[in-house]
Order: sequence, then structure tokens, then C-alpha cells
Amino acid sequence: MREVAIIGVGTTKFGELWEKSFRDIAVEAGLKAIEDAGIGGEEIEALYGGNMSAGRFVEQEHVGALIADYAGLAGFHIPATRVEAACASGGLALHLAVLSVASGWYNTVIAAGVEKMTDVESDVADDLLASSVDRKWEAIYGATLPSLFAQMARIHMGRYHTTSEQMAKVAVKNHANAVHNPYAQYRSKMTLENVLSSPLVADPLHVLDCSSIADGAAAVVLCAAEKARKYTDSPVYVKASAQASDTISLHDRRDITTMDATVFAVKKAYQMASLDPSHIDLAEVHDSYTIAEIIAIEDLRFFKKGEGGIATEEGETEIGGRIPINPSGGLKACGHPLGATGVRQVVEIAQQLRGEAGKRQVPNAELGLTHNIGGTGGTAVVHIFSR
Amino acid sequence: MASTAKFWREQESRYNLEGTRCSNCGSFFFPPRSLCPKCRRKGTIVPYKFKGTGEVVTYTTVYQAPRNNNRQTPYTLAIIELDEGTRMLSEVICEPAQISTGMRVRAVFRKLGEEGEKGIIYYGTKFVPA
Ligand SMILES: [Zn+2]
Repeated sequence: MREVAIIGVGTTKFGELWEKSFRDIAVEAGLKAIEDAGIGGEEIEALYGGNMSAGRFVEQEHVGALIADYAGLAGFHIPATRVEAACASGGLALHLAVLSVASGWYNTVIAAGVEKMTDVESDVADDLLASSVDRKWEAIYGATLPSLFAQMARIHMGRYHTTSEQMAKVAVKNHANAVHNPYAQYRSKMTLENVLSSPLVADPLHVLDCSSIADGAAAVVLCAAEKARKYTDSPVYVKASAQASDTISLHDRRDITTMDATVFAVKKAYQMASLDPSHIDLAEVHDSYTIAEIIAIEDLRFFKKGEGGIATEEGETEIGGRIPINPSGGLKACGHPLGATGVRQVVEIAQQLRGEAGKRQVPNAELGLTHNIGGTGGTAVVHIFSR
Repeated sequence: MASTAKFWREQESRYNLEGTRCSNCGSFFFPPRSLCPKCRRKGTIVPYKFKGTGEVVTYTTVYQAPRNNNRQTPYTLAIIELDEGTRMLSEVICEPAQISTGMRVRAVFRKLGEEGEKGIIYYGTKFVPA
């Protein structure tokens, strides 16, 4: 296996992009990444596109070829593959792109993530989220995605004394970070009181504990590490790329407050990179719900199981804290266009490692981690990057 | 979109809490499985009708749900550990303040919801405080 580097990144703004279509945003992100890499489109040998549900959001399948076509690459006939693992589709597209270069099969590839969610009513989008869990044995009984995370939160609170305030603090921190992120959907601060006084969605989670429906796309260009300096002075190296799975249903998990898919993926990632959690300078984690960030920072071993809430309360995950988590604003403030999120996280880490994150820059960032999950944790994808 | 087959197929399971059991290792499965994760090909899967009693592992009261969920909010959901040892998710019919972790519950037969404009009604198991 050979080492792989990111040589270009690009993202659209996330949010309700009324004036732009699915293919518009996919192409916009892809062209930005290609331009950032300083290569020609004809140098791209393969495309991996993460997307959860274009079939139901925009009634369009076969989006691998569609994206390649509208990116002006149809004439090159490159392999173009759509990748799906619910909300982890983007992370998984990157994983497969990395494997394809690491193996020597391709030299230069593009990994993208895209989701256009606002062409359907929010009610329909909310229902589609439930197709990331067990439709037959969870959703039919009335489960929604937030209701399952609420049940994780309930046990976490009972067992580890995690509080609603600590969960709300995740949202407050991430919104504060997003003030400085021009691509984020929400760029205004919020207070603990705002979160705690917002209506309950599924007790104990409030509306403002949940990430939002959004449109967005992100893309990264990868090549063999030994060739990266030909294109850029600031390549970002892929130190680890790992994927794991778990039961689709929450009720079948070994422990409802632990995502074993994350635990297994990150264990592989730390081994692959010969690193341990103390080496990581910052991370973008999957905070689809505030409790999800608390569980993630424990499962990624930044904090002991049960201490994610108190660590958040004490500011250890803020920029300037012990391990800054979601300096971009996370899914919570950037918005969560399902298939785009996993790639958007990587764009943020690449910008941080290159020192290009402006006012949200984590000082001396050398090693960054991304964590992307599908559903309630049926899939987890973890990447580690270095500058 | 509306398909009776997909409900009919699981009808026995949903109506009667009919799951499966591996007679090789004694594991119980609800929702039913046709392959025992422990014994894999060495396992022998047989039907098993659950007693329908168990206790609440975790719970939530849902205040906002998509319309196509066809439920009146609020409603309360729980992960229930059946006395045979396997877990399932279901609705618990009670006041939100009434439910607690460890509470004993028993299964009852109820309408689960309906699908589509034509309103195909499907039934299954919900729980009530025991
Ligand atoms: Zn068995």
C-alpha cells in the first residue's frame, strides 16, 4: 500500500440553497477542489460520490455518472461510483477513494459528498432520516432518528450523570465556532438558555440539540503522496482510513451508550497511523445530535466513557481547549446534508492543517481526525490526517 | 408506495410476538432472525412465541414526528428487554411521567399505524405498564 495525500478541497455553502440543484452543488464543490489542487479535470481517473438518498430527495438515481457528466468528464469515461451508507456516505466515499489510490489502481481521484434535501418538505426529509435505521423494527413502531438518540441520552444521563446543560453546551460551542465559518448554515451564537428553552423533540433532546436539514456538497482531490508536492506546497497526508459496522437497530447493541462501530474503526485507525488519542490535535466528529458528540469523544478515546459531558462543560473541547472538537461548527451549525457531511469534515481538517482556517484556526494543528457515522451507528468511518 | 406485502410478511411476528430461537445455543431473537450470530451455520433456528413480558431499558417521549408517522404526539417509546433476554423497540401506552427505567411492561395488540392516502392499517404489539 502506498501513502495517499489530499491536494485539493472544496465545499459549497451549506443551507437551504433554493436556487441550486443537486447537480449544481455537486459540480460547484468538485470544481473548487480541482481548482484548489491546480490540476486539470482530465487528470482525474475516478470519482467516488457519497450520497444517501437522491432517489427520494430529488427522484434521481445513478448519480455517479450524473455528477461526472455535469462536471464535464463524460468524454473521459472515468469510473464514477455512488457510495451509500446513510449519513456516513461521504466518509465512506473518501475511504474507497483512498483505497483506490493506496492500492496503486488509480493515481488521482476525486471523492465528493452531496445531498439536496430541501426540494422535499421537511416532514418528508425527517421521515427519510428514519430509513437510516431499521425501518421494519424501529421506524414502524414509531421511532424517529432523534427518538433513538434521546434513548441513548437517557441512559447516559442515568449512568454517568450527564446533564441537559452539558448536552446544550455542545450546541453552544459549535455555534460559536461556526460564527467564523463562511460555509456554515448558522453563523450566530446561541446560549444554553436558547437550547434548553427550545421545544422538546424527543425527551430529553430539544430542537436545538438536533442538527438541521440542509443542502450542500464537498469534494477532495487525492493522489499518491509521492506526487503530491508536484501540485501543492501544503499536501495533507492520509495517515489512516478505517470503516466498521454494527447492528442496524439500537436495541441490539452491546451497550446503548457506546457505538462499537466507532470503537472498532478508531482502534484500526490509531493502529494504522501508529498513534494514540493524545497525539490528535483536533477532530471533526458526527454531532448529528448533541449527545452524539459526547458519545463520540468518549468512543474515540479523547475522554473516558462517561466523562464526555463534564469535559464539554469544562471547555476542554473548545478551540483553545485540550482537544478542539468541531472547530467548523460541526453538523449542528454547518447543517447536515447527509451524504455531504463526511467530506465536509475532511475539508475542514485539511484547511486547519494547512493553517487556512482563519479565526477558527486551531493553533499548531498537525494531526486531525474525522468521524462520520450512519444512522445510530450502524456504520462508522474514521480518518486521521497529518500535514 | 403503499404495499400490503411488506406488512403481511411480518404479520405473524408483529401480531403474536412470534420470533425465533436458536435451539443450539438457546438465544432468543425478536425481531426474528433466520441466522444465529453466535452459532452461524451450526445453529438451528426454530419459531418461538414470546411471553410478552419484560422491562424498560430506556425510553423517550416523542413530541415531534413526521406526519407520515401517523401518530398523535406525544407518544412514548422504549427499548424493552423481554424476559427471554432479547430486546425490542416499541411504544408504551402510558402518561409520559408514568414511565421509568426498569418498569415492568406487558404486550398488547394495537393498531401501529397506517400507510398512504388509502390508509392501509397495520397492527402489532405495543406495551402497557404491567
Ligand atoms: Zn445459536
